[in-house]
Amino acid sequence: MTYLYSLIIVLPLLGALIIGLGGLMSAGFRKNEGLIGLLGTAAVGIPFLVILYAFFSYPGDAQIYEIFPWMEAGKLKINFSYQHDELSLLMGMIVTGVGMLIHMYSIGYMKGDEGFYKYFTYLNLFIFSMNNLILGDNMVVMFLGWEGVGLCSYLLIGFWYKDMPKANAAQKAFVANRIGDFAMLIAMFMMYKSMASVSEFVNLSFVDIIDHAHHGGFGDNTFWIALLVFIAATGKSAQIPLFVWLPDAMAGPTPVSALIHAATMVTSGIYLIARLHPIFEASPEVLSIIVVVAALTAVIAAFTAIAQNDIKKVLAYSTVSQLGFMFMALGAGAYVTAIFHVMTHAFFKACLFLGSGSVIHAMEHMHTVEDPQDVRTMGGLRKYMPATGNTFWISTLAISGIIPLSGFFSKDEILSSLFFYGEGFDLYKVIWFVALITAAVTAFYMTRVTMLTFEGSERFPDAKKPHESPAIMTIPLWILAGLAVVGGFLGLPIFLGDLLGMGEGINWIGHGWLEHIIHSENAHAIHEHAHENVLIEYGLVGLSMLVAIMAVFLTRNFYRKHGLAGDEKVRNFFGGFYKVMQGKFYFDEFYQRTIIGPFNWLGENVIKWAEENIVDGAVKAISEGVKNIGDVFKQLQSGLVSNYLLIVSLGVLAMLTYLIFG
Amino acid sequence: MEFLEPNAYTYLAIAVVMFALGAVGVMIRRNGIVVFMCIELMLNAVNLSLIAFSKMHAVSGAFEEGVGPNPGANGSMLVFFVMCVAAAEAVVGLSIIIALFRNRLDIDINNVNIFKW
Repeated sequence: MTYLYSLIIVLPLLGALIIGLGGLMSAGFRKNEGLIGLLGTAAVGIPFLVILYAFFSYPGDAQIYEIFPWMEAGKLKINFSYQHDELSLLMGMIVTGVGMLIHMYSIGYMKGDEGFYKYFTYLNLFIFSMNNLILGDNMVVMFLGWEGVGLCSYLLIGFWYKDMPKANAAQKAFVANRIGDFAMLIAMFMMYKSMASVSEFVNLSFVDIIDHAHHGGFGDNTFWIALLVFIAATGKSAQIPLFVWLPDAMAGPTPVSALIHAATMVTSGIYLIARLHPIFEASPEVLSIIVVVAALTAVIAAFTAIAQNDIKKVLAYSTVSQLGFMFMALGAGAYVTAIFHVMTHAFFKACLFLGSGSVIHAMEHMHTVEDPQDVRTMGGLRKYMPATGNTFWISTLAISGIIPLSGFFSKDEILSSLFFYGEGFDLYKVIWFVALITAAVTAFYMTRVTMLTFEGSERFPDAKKPHESPAIMTIPLWILAGLAVVGGFLGLPIFLGDLLGMGEGINWIGHGWLEHIIHSENAHAIHEHAHENVLIEYGLVGLSMLVAIMAVFLTRNFYRKHGLAGDEKVRNFFGGFYKVMQGKFYFDEFYQRTIIGPFNWLGENVIKWAEENIVDGAVKAISEGVKNIGDVFKQLQSGLVSNYLLIVSLGVLAMLTYLIFG
Repeated sequence: MEFLEPNAYTYLAIAVVMFALGAVGVMIRRNGIVVFMCIELMLNAVNLSLIAFSKMHAVSGAFEEGVGPNPGANGSMLVFFVMCVAAAEAVVGLSIIIALFRNRLDIDINNVNIFKW
């Protein structure tokens, strides 16, 4: 079994090595795009099948596969080992499954790119890192994957590195992630210190950490560890204050945005918090911080998305906003719900990104529009690309929360978790209201971008007609759209089970599967409250259904009537605030003024002075000193042979004297 | 006149005098040719001392009596090496002096001080 399961880790790495080295060494291999695409896709597809097998033959309790001892130092004993349990297998299926579809899609999307082999190398390396992240059984293996996905993200954002803004976007992503990683390291050190004080060996495995947390072993450090892990998660999962890199990350190829910056990597922060949930359970203060930060992120990103005209920017801000929803669920202690939303979001957001990729592909091939990503130059595309248009519509409805598509169930569960978190009127009720507004705004901007792209009249020069993408790109779209439709049925709401007489079993993801690994007092309390106030719950479900349907319906009619001119009316409606939305709430400018600017000033003035006077000064003083000493002793060099000989003779004489008389 | 009878020490004394003359000559003379001759004088002083030591350590009839090679032969052997090397050195040295003369029309070695700082 261990050998079979090791394929999950080894094959993507092997794929990356073969494609990378082969491409470097042989020009013939580099040109053979079919072979590279097949190898790359198989290196993800086979692990997907293996994980499926592991899922269906899962024995019911967590399995740990130890590969080899990695490092030992004092009490620290880290094993290279992997863990199969409900959470990691679920994440593994999402990552490799969606990953496989996106690899397949990329064969069509990246066709003819000179870096084709490089692209697949990075993509396979990413899957390898991601598998380490979610399947690793201890913090260190997890951190290996955590850094690996950060690296691959950097490489792929800057894939077209000859374009300076794209290279800068890659650097921005890397730096923002490093800040989070620093917090993660400190959290790990604190965990080690706390655990080393009570046990003989520390392997930092999740099982041990959770056990330690359950016994209250972290004590006063619980708050700090939880906060630091959350800060690390804000880096990777794009929350305030570190989210600024994600919208810029859209500089990479579109399938990369779908895979890394929507479906998988950015959800690793949510995975990690769900994995370490006992620590968060023990520090309600951090949960409150998470929920406030998440709500701010969600609402700010949603309002920013309204005013963007770049189709990928809209999706990027939408991703930030949806990640905010997931963190809100975490903040309410509803970890299972967060993972549920991770899953449904992976389906419809990957589909949306791939759809936008298909659109960009078509616009690029027309060679007539200046910016192939600007929705203002599109319009009416569904006529020309029915597969892309229809799947995009399905995913838009899913993300807007239209019943019975997947987004409805996960988003509704988040909303009701927030509402039922406490009794009476408290912070979480406010957050619930913000989330409801955000859900409505989400429906608005997603419908807007879909209407502007696919419906109405064509706004591009009609000399050439855009073409539908090849089947290798539309098949993944249809599969993902199908999953976006049915994905929600894995987590049907419990009250429905009560009505149908099936009880909690109707919610497979929470009560059939993840409840073995995630035990949350908070989630339990939420369910209790919801059960007691089932009428309110009906009302909430009705409300979120109504909000989503109304928002989509009204937006559709609005943009059908006004077309692109609708944006003008939206601008008038928001007045001065529209500028703020268009300016992305000036986060980049704020960081430029408060952090980057002062650092540059420091570098140009203080550090430069120190460099010239202290560092260079020391070096110059040494060289001057040597030169001055040399000036004194060089007088000995008269250049006269007889002088040298005299000294040699005197030396010989001295030595002889010493030998004879000494 | 027993004490006037030359023995090994006599030759060693002559060698010392020759060496000292050579060394002093190299140091104080400025004409390149003379300096060169003084070097030769020093080499020959060494040769003379080697001959003297060879005679001093010789064992008569060593070969016939089966004692092995005459230990005194080592010194005589070395003399031939020194003479060979001195011959080669004379060629190089004189060539340098000729080259020097061609370049500067002067063989005063105190004027050849390009090694001076």
